[in-house]
Amino acid sequence: MRYLQILKIAFKALAKNKMRSGLTMLGIIIGVAAVIAMVGIGAGAKNMVNAQIASLGENLLTIFPGSQSAGAFHGGAGSRTTLTEEDARAIKDNCSAVVAVSPVVRSSAQVVASNQNWGTSVEGYSTDFTQIRSWPLAAGSFFTNQDVSGATKVCILGETVVDNLFPGQDPVGEIIRVKKLPFKVIGVLIPKGQNAMGHDQDDLIIMPYTTVQKKIAGITHVNSIIVSAMDKSKMDLATSQISELLRVRHKIQPGQDDDFTVRSQLDVATAVNSTSSVMSILLGAIASVSLIVGGIGIMNIMLVSVTERTREIGIRMAIGAKSRDIMIQFLSESIVLGLIGGIIGILVGVLSARLISAILHWPVLTSGLAIAVSFFFSGIVGVFFGFYPARKASLLDPIEALRYE
Amino acid sequence: MAELITIENLAKTYKLGDYEIHALRGINLSIRNGEFVAIMGPSGSGKSTLMNILGCLDRPSGGKYFLDGIDVSSLNRDSLAEIRNKKIGFVFQSFNLLSRTTAIENTELPLLYNGDSTKEKAAKARRALNMVGLEGRENSFPNQLSGGQQQRVAIARALINSPAIILADEPTGNLDTRTSIEVMEIFQALNEKGITIVLITHELDIASYAKRDIAFRDGKIVKDEMIAKPKIAKNELLLMPPIEEEA
Repeated sequence: MRYLQILKIAFKALAKNKMRSGLTMLGIIIGVAAVIAMVGIGAGAKNMVNAQIASLGENLLTIFPGSQSAGAFHGGAGSRTTLTEEDARAIKDNCSAVVAVSPVVRSSAQVVASNQNWGTSVEGYSTDFTQIRSWPLAAGSFFTNQDVSGATKVCILGETVVDNLFPGQDPVGEIIRVKKLPFKVIGVLIPKGQNAMGHDQDDLIIMPYTTVQKKIAGITHVNSIIVSAMDKSKMDLATSQISELLRVRHKIQPGQDDDFTVRSQLDVATAVNSTSSVMSILLGAIASVSLIVGGIGIMNIMLVSVTERTREIGIRMAIGAKSRDIMIQFLSESIVLGLIGGIIGILVGVLSARLISAILHWPVLTSGLAIAVSFFFSGIVGVFFGFYPARKASLLDPIEALRYE
Repeated sequence: MAELITIENLAKTYKLGDYEIHALRGINLSIRNGEFVAIMGPSGSGKSTLMNILGCLDRPSGGKYFLDGIDVSSLNRDSLAEIRNKKIGFVFQSFNLLSRTTAIENTELPLLYNGDSTKEKAAKARRALNMVGLEGRENSFPNQLSGGQQQRVAIARALINSPAIILADEPTGNLDTRTSIEVMEIFQALNEKGITIVLITHELDIASYAKRDIAFRDGKIVKDEMIAKPKIAKNELLLMPPIEEEA
């Protein structure tokens, strides 16, 4: 087909000056690479956060003391003492949409084992922890209800604590000292690694909440309560049941603010997702500017090219090329520049995303959709920015063009 | 011999700012198949303008131009392009070859815009190059060829679509004497085969190889006569002193 041959001519023309073609494509390459890398990083982060939120436990609700406006975000900060284990028990007994409830008591302590020493967080839960938090044990067993009622000094270690106190050994059955008190290690949690905020999730010990209250922190309230709803669809119902119950228990009058906050993981997930979506779009938009600059580069070079080849265009027209033939010839060149720039940009983008992932340990998710859209847009840029020069070429007067020096 | 070109009252006027330039003032001309016409005249006489109109590169301001029976004067750009491709072969003073393209690719060029893409393109181009005596030089680039050889490639290109007429605008203008006569030899050989040739020149010497002499002045034809005894290029070359060997 005649136009296929014209396309071949366009390729040849670009290949004749590889340096110029390469430099022209640079804008597109950078633009596409940036879009792919940034969207990939954004998607990876979003994915990781979502996975972590899911890994904390499906259908998880967290109840904090203090109303929302009082900044009840940090579970351990509580100078508030309004939540109690009785609240937790009442929720379990009365809220039908709830299947498991655990009080949460947090502290920190120096932990000593033979000659090793490590400062870590101490978290106290009820036996419902396993049901709520989907955190299986790597070794040993969990504590029992007897341990909770008796506030026994037993504990389960996170991987980081094991690495520091019992490097290379099995800690189950060993005795460690927490705040100078002897504790028996009855289990080890499977490692979870760093969370999205960079916090080491394995740097903790878990024990019955009663033990933390009485033996470690010396308090009678709880820092928060974690609740597992029946399923995702019952989250809202669980929230309202809990709120109603606590308002009654805490004797809050109608019209008064709650003295607690019920936060659902679903809300957290939604909030994070929308934030990261906005971030991704923003990054993508900024990177797209580079694509436009690349397109302007193409238009610029094509205009120069058309002027340089005025004589050639005149010759082609003299021997029978129609306006359309000339137009397609030059448009092909700009489209090829755009598409090849796009392909190279996609490769560079995917590679740099992998590189960033490897160096910074950020998760990166390169989506096929981003690649397809980028390829498509690089073609569009070629068409759009190549149109004016190609049209200019096609409208040249052959006699004038032949006279051009 | 049928009439290939009929021109009736052809006029061309250019506007240059406020001025009107009457390049052609009511030309009447007919050229038959197989003729070999030389058009002479000083610059500004209108001969180049006529050539552009004959070659369908330009449209007249008035009058009619019939090429092979078709009224070409009112056709649109695209149709004119087709006629240029199929019925006309151009030869220019400065050769006008594509510089980073080989001889055979240059020759093939009109076939690209032919509408039909044949694998025979290379074969046709080779035949055309043979006809002008350039076998063996198919893959040379223009900067590797002498002026005379480049002009031969241009002639081969002009021939490739078997046009009705070859239009040559000062084809020997950039060539030395001997090479000019060699080119005229090619033209005469083509004319013997029945190809109609119209060439513009300002050299009386070159015009004397043609069979008909038309003179232009101020946009009008002032002389139109047959040449009784055209010079024969083949013979002239034999009469010329042998080429001196380069030291």
